[in-house]
Order: sequence, then C-alpha cells, then structure tokens
Amino acid sequence: MSAFSWDSFIAMGGYAAYVWPAYAVFFFVLIADYLSPVLRRRRDLRELRARMARQSARAQRAPSSP
Amino acid sequence: MANWIPLWVHKLSSPPNFYRFAGTLRPWALVLALLLGAVALYGGLVLAPADYQQGDAYRIIFIHVPCAWMGLFIYGVMAVASFISLVWRIKLAEVVAMESAPIGAAFTFITLVTGSLWGKPMWGTWWTWDARLTSELVLLFLYLGVIGLYHSFEDRRQGARAAAFLAIIGIINVPIVHFSVNWWNTLHQGSTVRILGPSKMSSEMLWPLLTMMVATKFYYIASLFGRVRTDLLSMESGKDWVRQIAAQESQR
Repeated sequence: MSAFSWDSFIAMGGYAAYVWPAYAVFFFVLIADYLSPVLRRRRDLRELRARMARQSARAQRAPSSP
Repeated sequence: MANWIPLWVHKLSSPPNFYRFAGTLRPWALVLALLLGAVALYGGLVLAPADYQQGDAYRIIFIHVPCAWMGLFIYGVMAVASFISLVWRIKLAEVVAMESAPIGAAFTFITLVTGSLWGKPMWGTWWTWDARLTSELVLLFLYLGVIGLYHSFEDRRQGARAAAFLAIIGIINVPIVHFSVNWWNTLHQGSTVRILGPSKMSSEMLWPLLTMMVATKFYYIASLFGRVRTDLLSMESGKDWVRQIAAQESQR
C-alpha cells in the first residue's frame, strides 16, 4: 500500500460524489434514529411531571376546602 | 404465562426490570458499536485496496451490505417478537416488535439509498425494477406499513396487535429478498459473502465488512433498548416506578 494522502482519500478514485453521500446518509439516518427516542422520552417525562404537579396541587387543595 | 418458561425470563420481562436491564447494557452496546464501526471504516476506507473492476466506488459495500443484512435480521426479530406477543400477550415482546420496525426501516432506507448511489456509476442508473431492488423496496413498505398500522389505532395495544399480524404475514418477503439474486436473472450481483463455504472476497475487504456487520448488530441493541425504555415509560406512566424516575430526573 502506498503512503496515505488526504487528497486521494477524499477523491475516492473519482467516485467521491457517490461514496461520500452514501456514508453521509448512513450516519445521518442512524443519528436521527438514535436521537428520536431520546427526545420523545424527554417530552413524555415533562408531561408526566406536569400531571404529577397538577395531581399534588389538587390533593393539597381538597382537604383544606370547607 | 406458560409454565415451561424459566422464571428469570418472566422476571426480566416485567417493565421496571427490563427498563433497568436495558439501561445497564445500552451504553456498552453503543460503545462497542462505535468502536467496531470506527475500526471497520478505517479498514474499509483506508486499508483495503481499491477493487480491480470498480475502483473505489465499491467502498459503499462496507455500509450497503451490513445495512441490508440488518434490514432482514431486524425483520426476523420483529416477526418473532410479534408472534410471541400475539400468542402469550407479553407486553415486552409487543414493544420490542413495534420499536424494531423504525430501526429496520432506517436500515432498509440506507440500503436503498446507498445502493442507488452505487448503481449510478456502476450500472448507469439510480434505479431499475430488478427483483432484488423491488423486493428490498417491498421490505421498506412492509416496515412502513407496520409502523403506520401501529399508530393508526386509538388504543395502542390494539394497534400493536394488528401491526403484529402484518409483520408475521410479511415475513414471506424475507426469503424473497435473500434468494432473489439466485431465483431471477438480476442486475444486482450475487452473494459475495457466504456463511457456508469460502467467500468470494479477499480477506482485506472481508474483515472490515464483517466487523461492520457486528457493529450494526450492537447499534441495533443500543437503539432498540433506548426505544424500548422510552416506550415502557410512556406505557406505564401511571405506575410508581415511572413516577419516581420522572421525579428524579427533574432534580438533575
């Protein structure tokens, strides 16, 4: 194997326009796949905390009401 | 539950236990996926020599083929989990089946797009209605069908049941995808890597490919566990263990 050169690595023997977009799609799709449940989890827990806060507020109000 | 199933399976399949179990294993699976993926990319993009016919364009194989294998593998997992969920009504199997579908769809989508990017310079076309390509597209539609059916019901468990039926029926497409290159005369090349017998590939190209295959398996575990954990939390949001987690995370 000849010495590594960045220019020829990036050029991909003239196929850079096909090879690099393929790798970009691979990473982009998998990162999106990985992040989507993280965001969903954060939203779900935020909603749950809001519900818990409403419930505890109601529980505090109920016994003191005449 | 049937009494021949060992007790630990029963215990592990309870949502809070599996939530913790998946939470412990997931970072390790992700680290292994990233490490093996980096090694495979270095081997495939830098160390492996250019192909004598295809030049450097063949390097798309190091993501195209592992993703295609994952598309079929995940479909198998989804169908088996669907079957278990329909027969034994195990909530965890249902969640595994339904959360496998988006990951399988992602891998199948990558397979189609990278295949298209490979086909253009090698075959002269982005797309052709060839048996392998068409059956792979059907695989993507099956995944999308399962996802769509699951979300089209008001009641989540009813949706999961309907989608599980579709997933099981659709398994018939998996051998069609796999054997399409042998059954029909196609533009797509035949299998290069074989489980039985020698592969038709030099070891310098083969090891990065197989390493990437293992990396994508670990990625699937990491992604699936993250999705299952999220789903378990929202399915059990009324339960104490979920409320504790919600309270703990607000303190951070």
